[in-house]
Amino acid sequence: MELTLWTYEGPSHVGAMRIAASMRDVHLVLHAPQGDAYANLLFTMIQRDKQRPPVTFTTFQAKHLGGDTAELFQSRVKKAADLHSPSLLLVGASCTAELLQDDTAGFGKRLDIGMPLIPLDLPAYSKRENWAAGETFYQIVRHLAPRTKPDQPEQGKKTGTRPTCNILGPTSLGFRNRDDLQEILRLLESIGVDVNVVAPLSASPSDIARLGDADCNVVLYPEVALPAARLLERNLGQPYTKTVPLGVGATIDFVKELCGLLGIEARIDQMIESRLPWYSRSVDSGYLTGKRVFIFADAMHALAAARIAKEEMGYDVVGLGTYERGFAKAVRAKAAELGIEALITDQYLDVEAAISESAPDLILGTQMERHVGKRLGIGCAVISAPVHVQDFPARYSPHMGIEGANVLFDTLVHPLMMGLEEHLLGMFREDFEFQDVPSHLGHQPATGTHAPEAVMENNPEIHASVPDASPDVTADDLSWADDAKAELSRIPFFVRGKARKNTEKYAVERGVALVTLDVLYDAKAHYGRH
Amino acid sequence: MNAPLDSGMNMGSQPITAPQSADCKTSTPVIQREEGQRDVFCGLTSIVWLHRKIPDAFFLVIGSRTCAHLLQSAAGVMIFAEPRFATAILGERDLAGMADAHEEIDRVVAELVNRRPDIKMLFLVGSCPSEVIKLDLDNAADRLNRSHENVRVLSFSGSGIETTFTEGEDACLKTLVEACPEADANAEPNLLIVGCLADIIEDQMRRTFHACGVKRLDFLPSKSTSELPAIGPNTRILLAQPYLGETLTALNVRGAQHFPALFPMGAEGTRAWFAAGLAAMDQQDQIDHPMLKAAYDRARYSLEKARQELDGKSIFFFPDSQLEIPLARFLSQELGMTLKEVSSPYIHQQIMQSELQLLPSDVELREGQDLEAQSDRCVASSPDITVCGLGLANPLEARGLTTKWSIELVFTPIQGFEQACDLANLFVRPLDRRTRLAV
Ligand code: SF4
Repeated sequence: MELTLWTYEGPSHVGAMRIAASMRDVHLVLHAPQGDAYANLLFTMIQRDKQRPPVTFTTFQAKHLGGDTAELFQSRVKKAADLHSPSLLLVGASCTAELLQDDTAGFGKRLDIGMPLIPLDLPAYSKRENWAAGETFYQIVRHLAPRTKPDQPEQGKKTGTRPTCNILGPTSLGFRNRDDLQEILRLLESIGVDVNVVAPLSASPSDIARLGDADCNVVLYPEVALPAARLLERNLGQPYTKTVPLGVGATIDFVKELCGLLGIEARIDQMIESRLPWYSRSVDSGYLTGKRVFIFADAMHALAAARIAKEEMGYDVVGLGTYERGFAKAVRAKAAELGIEALITDQYLDVEAAISESAPDLILGTQMERHVGKRLGIGCAVISAPVHVQDFPARYSPHMGIEGANVLFDTLVHPLMMGLEEHLLGMFREDFEFQDVPSHLGHQPATGTHAPEAVMENNPEIHASVPDASPDVTADDLSWADDAKAELSRIPFFVRGKARKNTEKYAVERGVALVTLDVLYDAKAHYGRH
Repeated sequence: MNAPLDSGMNMGSQPITAPQSADCKTSTPVIQREEGQRDVFCGLTSIVWLHRKIPDAFFLVIGSRTCAHLLQSAAGVMIFAEPRFATAILGERDLAGMADAHEEIDRVVAELVNRRPDIKMLFLVGSCPSEVIKLDLDNAADRLNRSHENVRVLSFSGSGIETTFTEGEDACLKTLVEACPEADANAEPNLLIVGCLADIIEDQMRRTFHACGVKRLDFLPSKSTSELPAIGPNTRILLAQPYLGETLTALNVRGAQHFPALFPMGAEGTRAWFAAGLAAMDQQDQIDHPMLKAAYDRARYSLEKARQELDGKSIFFFPDSQLEIPLARFLSQELGMTLKEVSSPYIHQQIMQSELQLLPSDVELREGQDLEAQSDRCVASSPDITVCGLGLANPLEARGLTTKWSIELVFTPIQGFEQACDLANLFVRPLDRRTRLAV
């Protein structure tokens, strides 16, 4: 049993629903109690879908238990087949039905409904939403795509034809998937690659049957597409891309990798016209240097954000983690490369504690971390699922590709104070307007933020000038000398809380009960040395 | 657990027409029963308002990731830093018997109690998975009560196989009733108002009853779990919410007497409700008390504008909260709306008796749901407003209908005289929006 307040991923049947809702002409029958139909609102409310997802719930009740739940399941499958007549029917069970052992797969197979039917195994007590989305897509590909190489010459090599790829991974309810896909289609067009099939989003079962016609696969979202892409590589010899085009560097790498797979020349300069490189180099961005960021997201967005933050924004990555245990290895490796330890957890309170502990200037996270940031007074840019209605903006707003890099630049800067503003505030900090915190800005760090321990350990010698050290001073014993207090009030409001906290921590650790001007500046020197 | 239900949505083989009361001139409408796919929340959803109403209680669901996800989806993601509800998610080890489920519950509860010393009452809430594996949470609660001195532990089920949406509150309050102290058989009569109401409404009602001479007045749930009302044969019950069948049975077992009434929605419903409460406490003359009369007149006056907007407009109710029948009564009786269809997940005939008598005798009244058939009927009847769950609203809007989310009717203060106008406006607004938009 695991105590859970908020969960990053939904249950596995939601993953299956996302695949069914992505595709055309597919229907899913879920053996589930009535309450599980709540998942419909994720699609119709968060994503504002105009149709209910193509899902029938059996909605069994207590009175059906111990007898006719299996019968109910079969009659619902038949009814759904008649009513919707899809060209592919999926059947699966949610957590409760899994316990009934109604053998939905077995019944599904035996039912004669006159259309292809795929039984899904969605272990609800060990797996989650993303795994189940990947598994469902894999099963569809396994059943419907050709199993051997088509008997024809390799397409890319035919003279006069452009090379082709499939795009695998975009789904309904996927974070920014709608716009990412448009951006990648545009990018592929510009480098002369045709798209054979996009799946699962907007694909029909007959499109899946055509997957073999492409020269290679573009894996846009590994958590959904990787199992299917590996299968296609095994069966059809189709290679797939491993770079996810998030950020300028990764987009260039992606293009090179893809062109390499297709044996065509990659003409990078021509296509990469992102504003990010220049915006990052322009003097206005100087203040971004070394901003400390904490990253927590799904694995692929976390990995990509780490690279962008470090190489393209000039930030310091002080925390990196993911809730997707299945990709822990890659995230650990990236963290090691950055000289930090990865945080692999789906316990929201652990993430909050880690953020609070490292007191970053900026969080790149999910909606959950946005709320953590609000409480701690730290800005947060949302870069990953779990999705929220705000993650489906009316405007075009991809995160991938060239325009995606532009969007990311804005997204990653916005929560920080604007550069020039910060300089001006510094210049005018003696003016009374800047002495008090405008409440609507909410930039005061709340209690609970801590100064970074690492800095402390690296700078053991700095407290030379501190008088009257006594070993057991606690935060409660501290008092501030008038001159120190006055000086503190001159520090701009958006860093004042942090300055006070650091100073007090510094004083407590050195057993100093009275914070004087000297202590204040010793602490500043101590924490400023990074 | 898994026992045959005498409530919830299981109607067994009871007759399907509302009983005719002797003094009723009009015939009550016929209830049609519908079976099929349902699109409703399970009872766990009630935790979203219960935990706010009982501020010193914590709700621990023993369930699956689905239950946790439902709760956060229904609550709107992450409104609260550390909410007073959580899910102990069953894992493979628990199911395979590798871990003793009861030991696991003890461990999780100990962790929780440690973390939240402010909690005075802990509800262990059963879910479909815990019911199916027959995890005895009553037993667990008893055991935990012995090992945790400062927390009272109770249990109820909010599972989707047994409860629909608001029935989670029913199950919770039933447990609370069982935890209430026994009132002496000779105790002075007290009026017990049962069902979650917004605090502001509770205060209004308390003021009005006090003014009318009813001094001994309690609410269930009470604001603090340490002040549970005493219940006995001299307790007189007035239901503030219609979905409390099981709670009512538990109260009857304790000897309390139920005074059936219309529900306090709209000017007329609220007046009839107060009249029943006053009669229960032998203060029937006070129905003409100036304070009550003034509030009633104010409510009627406040409804005039909404009536102009809604008169002659038609409405269709999907089944959801069991508030459908009182709402339909208010909208047809006081605002002149036409009822295309009124569906409810379950119709408790005794509790609904006076409500049913006020519905037009030819109304399409349904219990249960067959989602696809009902959606088709709804679109075909092209109502001016459709009341439905969150999952259905946008798809119906996309088909040209105007909708109102039923969950808003549960979360918004709508009961009592002073809220009659707010309630009416909940139906005016979607129509108003439609007429404004020119895109
Ligand atoms: S219907 Fe059952 S399994 Fe689903 S969320 Fe409700 S209690 Fe949990």
